[in-house]
Amino acid sequence: MTDGEIKVITPDSLLNETMKLHEEGWRLVQICARALKDGEGNEITYSFGDELILGNLRLTVKPDEPLNSISHIYPTAYFYENEMHDLFGIDVQMMTVDFGGHFYKIGAETPFKK
Amino acid sequence: MAKMSKSPWVLHYDAASCNGCDIEVLACLTPIYDAERFGVINTGDPKHADIFLITGGINEQCKDVVKQLYDQMPSPKVVVAVGICACSGGVFKDTYNILGGADTVIPVDVYVPGCAARPESIIDGIVKAIGILDEKRAKMKKGLPVDEAKEEE
Amino acid sequence: MATRSIVPFGPQHPVLPEPIHLDLVIEDEKVVEAIPSIGFVHRGLESLVSKREFTEYAYIAERICGICSFMHGASYCDAVERIMGVELPDRAKYLRTIWAELSRIHSHLLWLGLLADAFGFESLFMHSWRIREKILDMLEESTGGRCIFSVNTIGGVLKDIDDDMMKGFLTELDKVESDVRAMTATFLSDATVINRLRGVGVLTKEQAHEFGATGPFMRASGIERDMRQLGYYAYKDLDIEPIVSNEGDSYARCEVRIKEIFQSIDLIRQAAEKVPAGEIAVPIKGNPDGEAFVRVEQPRGEAFYYVKADGTKFIDRFRVRTPTFANIPAMLEVLKGCDYADVPIMVLTIDPCISCTER
Repeated sequence: MTDGEIKVITPDSLLNETMKLHEEGWRLVQICARALKDGEGNEITYSFGDELILGNLRLTVKPDEPLNSISHIYPTAYFYENEMHDLFGIDVQMMTVDFGGHFYKIGAETPFKK
Repeated sequence: MAKMSKSPWVLHYDAASCNGCDIEVLACLTPIYDAERFGVINTGDPKHADIFLITGGINEQCKDVVKQLYDQMPSPKVVVAVGICACSGGVFKDTYNILGGADTVIPVDVYVPGCAARPESIIDGIVKAIGILDEKRAKMKKGLPVDEAKEEE
Repeated sequence: MATRSIVPFGPQHPVLPEPIHLDLVIEDEKVVEAIPSIGFVHRGLESLVSKREFTEYAYIAERICGICSFMHGASYCDAVERIMGVELPDRAKYLRTIWAELSRIHSHLLWLGLLADAFGFESLFMHSWRIREKILDMLEESTGGRCIFSVNTIGGVLKDIDDDMMKGFLTELDKVESDVRAMTATFLSDATVINRLRGVGVLTKEQAHEFGATGPFMRASGIERDMRQLGYYAYKDLDIEPIVSNEGDSYARCEVRIKEIFQSIDLIRQAAEKVPAGEIAVPIKGNPDGEAFVRVEQPRGEAFYYVKADGTKFIDRFRVRTPTFANIPAMLEVLKGCDYADVPIMVLTIDPCISCTER
């Protein structure tokens, strides 16, 4: 990937793509979810870094569609995934550490969900 | 300034603050501002403390911690809300997770405004708190009630 | 046969200025595992983008954290400027660089003080904070604030540093430099300090990569990466070399941060020499439409900002991944196998900024 590239993928190919990047030595920079309008689900951007280069994978998950966790490839991913689960209501499956919705104890349920 | 009656020990807790007021509270105790000249010691133990310095607004998760810390402090005790967030919720008032200022869960005696509260005003707040502490102590000696816990709704 | 027990650590703890809670699984005196629970200072400020106009949000972004405030505000503005295609005047870029470096010095001095306090060296704590006040005086003189500066706006900065003030800063920085140098002698060669830090909490280079550590925490483990090399603001014109150490222990982290103070002083001197005359802000027109990623090197490491705007007055999504958020998994790894009594030091050596992490 070139610097700043955003590669659009489908949820099915997430694990394959991530595995490839992991083998090439990329590090996980962050995972960011963004709620789409009118219950169209969420757009998720995975950012990876290779030294100073930043590459991104982007996919869209429909509401209530389960998403695979990448935490068994990148061990730190569970932090971002638990956050996504709590704030956006995204159903992330097979996380290595699952806080079960108690990552943040908040007053409103999934406040970012649209 | 009139003679200080006691050397109050303070307990500092960051409820849901941005850190700005917290470092200013610590700055109060370090050489330039030096609240220790009044005998003020920052203790980590609520059972040692006379004055509770609370920074930041109250959120769902820290609500119980704040209540617990307050309950553990021996009477008489004075609560100082440091910074605008602890006074009213500040800029975060409109977020989904901030319930409001410190007075949503515990009774507050002194409000120190500012974002972040300046060390001078924090020290001012502590000095005011010492006066209130004296009043409460006098009341206690007469057998009058002080520090009634906030009613559960 | 050692028995296992769970000891809660935090949220209110004498060594922590901010609340974080760890459940420490310990076997006799050794930590086997640490389970974090965070969210004590979660305010949900990312959601405020829907209630505050994008120009006003610069002041909310700054209040993510009172220590790294300047860079949060500047990076948010940077992201929106990129979306709107605004080219900043050079002087504004230099001013942002100078304030960013002043913030780094104050943050590192703050951390050194807290570390000294954690290993029980009270006078060293006081000295660090005494020196730090000089930096805060400079920040206050130039911006008007001690913690929260509100000096960034979309399209530039709101205040200027004139030549006289800059000259005063440079004189003052000379004093700060000699003060820090005197203190360094204690931090890096005093036997009691070395005893507490040497060999404690080693993070190997491989672990640092695997667990995504960042900032001085990572550079102390031998990875040479500093986001300032990207050349944002005026860094492209300045001479910058990442500071690394290979030991990976607490001592190395302390060493890296101390050297970074000198590096920052040097960068401010370089910037003061090169700062061009001119405007400090440009006017902006319309609303932003598009998205931008911004990465900056904060005192605690790489911070990542994402802004997505849709042409209205309100930003659609603002996201910040702060350095501490990335450092916590690596810290949990380091905690495994350490002495229970070293836990406070371990937690402190990543320079945790919880209000950044939980936003």
